[in-house]
Amino acid sequence: MAEAATLHKPLGLLAELTHRCPLGCPYCSNPLALEPRDGELDAATWSRVFKEAVGLGVMHVHLSGGEPGARRDLVDIAANAREAGLYTNLITSGVGITTRTMRDLWEAGLDHVQVSIQDADAVSSDRIAGYRGAFQRKHALAAEAVRLGLPLTVNLVVHRANIGRISDMVDLALKLKASRIEIAHVQYYGWALKNRSALMPTAEQVSRAVAEVEELRRKHHGQIVIDAVVPDYHARFPKPCVGGWGRRSLNVTPSGRVLPCHAAESIPGLTFWNVREHSLADIWARSPAFNAFRGTDFLPAPCATCERREIDFGGCRCQAFALTGDARATDPVCHLAPDHARVAELAAVRTDAPYVYRRMEPTDGKQRPIVRSREGQAVS
Amino acid sequence: MAEGDTIAGDAKPRLPRGVRLTHNEAQGGWVLLAPERIFKADAIAVEILKRCTGEATFAAIVDDLATTFSAPRDRIQADVSKLLSGLVEKKLLEL
Repeated sequence: MAEAATLHKPLGLLAELTHRCPLGCPYCSNPLALEPRDGELDAATWSRVFKEAVGLGVMHVHLSGGEPGARRDLVDIAANAREAGLYTNLITSGVGITTRTMRDLWEAGLDHVQVSIQDADAVSSDRIAGYRGAFQRKHALAAEAVRLGLPLTVNLVVHRANIGRISDMVDLALKLKASRIEIAHVQYYGWALKNRSALMPTAEQVSRAVAEVEELRRKHHGQIVIDAVVPDYHARFPKPCVGGWGRRSLNVTPSGRVLPCHAAESIPGLTFWNVREHSLADIWARSPAFNAFRGTDFLPAPCATCERREIDFGGCRCQAFALTGDARATDPVCHLAPDHARVAELAAVRTDAPYVYRRMEPTDGKQRPIVRSREGQAVS
Repeated sequence: MAEGDTIAGDAKPRLPRGVRLTHNEAQGGWVLLAPERIFKADAIAVEILKRCTGEATFAAIVDDLATTFSAPRDRIQADVSKLLSGLVEKKLLEL
């Protein structure tokens, strides 16, 4: 029986509670078209989605966004997730969640917190986030989470402006008493594509950074867990995106559309079903988008005969589309891909253009525009 | 905790916040959940972990298991010690 016929059970659910976010990070991976507040699922619907997810086999839920703290009912949503039996992880910018809300989340049974840090020093960090004072707020929230006894992961997103300060950022995470660090080089999807040339590090910077992370892992073994994501454009093999399309995880957008991965809407022609109209089980098993690239049967050469096809599934569908115009193509990140040269070409394009910050336009008269910072310049 | 160390009899093992033992019907079993990680727990591990409440001492847990499963205490102590030491190393258990 071909792999395509096997229906695996998902383990993780990314719940994008809102696309609203006070920060303007130039590498934002959310789609170009953000969903407005008035289309967001209410807490009762999220509660049903969590129960259905547990029924499907999901064990981890990641409450994310945008900034989940922009939801006033965040504590209720977290309590519902926990009550459904899910391991509940909050992924936050640290801006927009008060220490009071953090205490309420702790009481609601939150299991784990992830806070993103843009750089090791306040000035650079706030410039990257496009929000003055963000660094200090992130600090305060991380400290409160640790004080409450919540395990903390610090997320470091690496690009040209901060790639030389990875060990300083790791020191900062240690100072914050994080138990885990996630180091991820920017991935170029959604808004991040607009800033690719301003964010792109040199090949030498990347190889130095990879070696540095290995060294830091050895140095801090037993003290802190360091998970690192290899930078796509400088890799030899592609990443096994979301552990295989429709295989391990699913993603629910603020308005209830269910996606195999958070960038899936960038592929034209896919039909996504909504939790308002279908059960999660039905969507997982039968929706056209989930079945579009399930398994490995659709993969062309060189994947079709490659021994790694059940390891990386030909890489990332969204990246294949973004770089070749064909979502079924081998991810060009793979050194065996026919379009691999294109990746090297793009990785060589670096500019000192100012960042194009992500800002959400107000959709109605009531919503306050989120612009509080000066415009910054990209740092080379 | 280094290899070969034994756990003190009066230690009170417990799962730290952020690590949970849970049963998922759809996945057909017990799992130990941690940030971004899932560990399958077999029947023996489940019996041990259920007793790691932070109240019972290591010695009491071993006694309880030896009685419940009518097994030699030495053997149980060695098995429990091995499992728990491994979990401490992975930061999935506190003593």
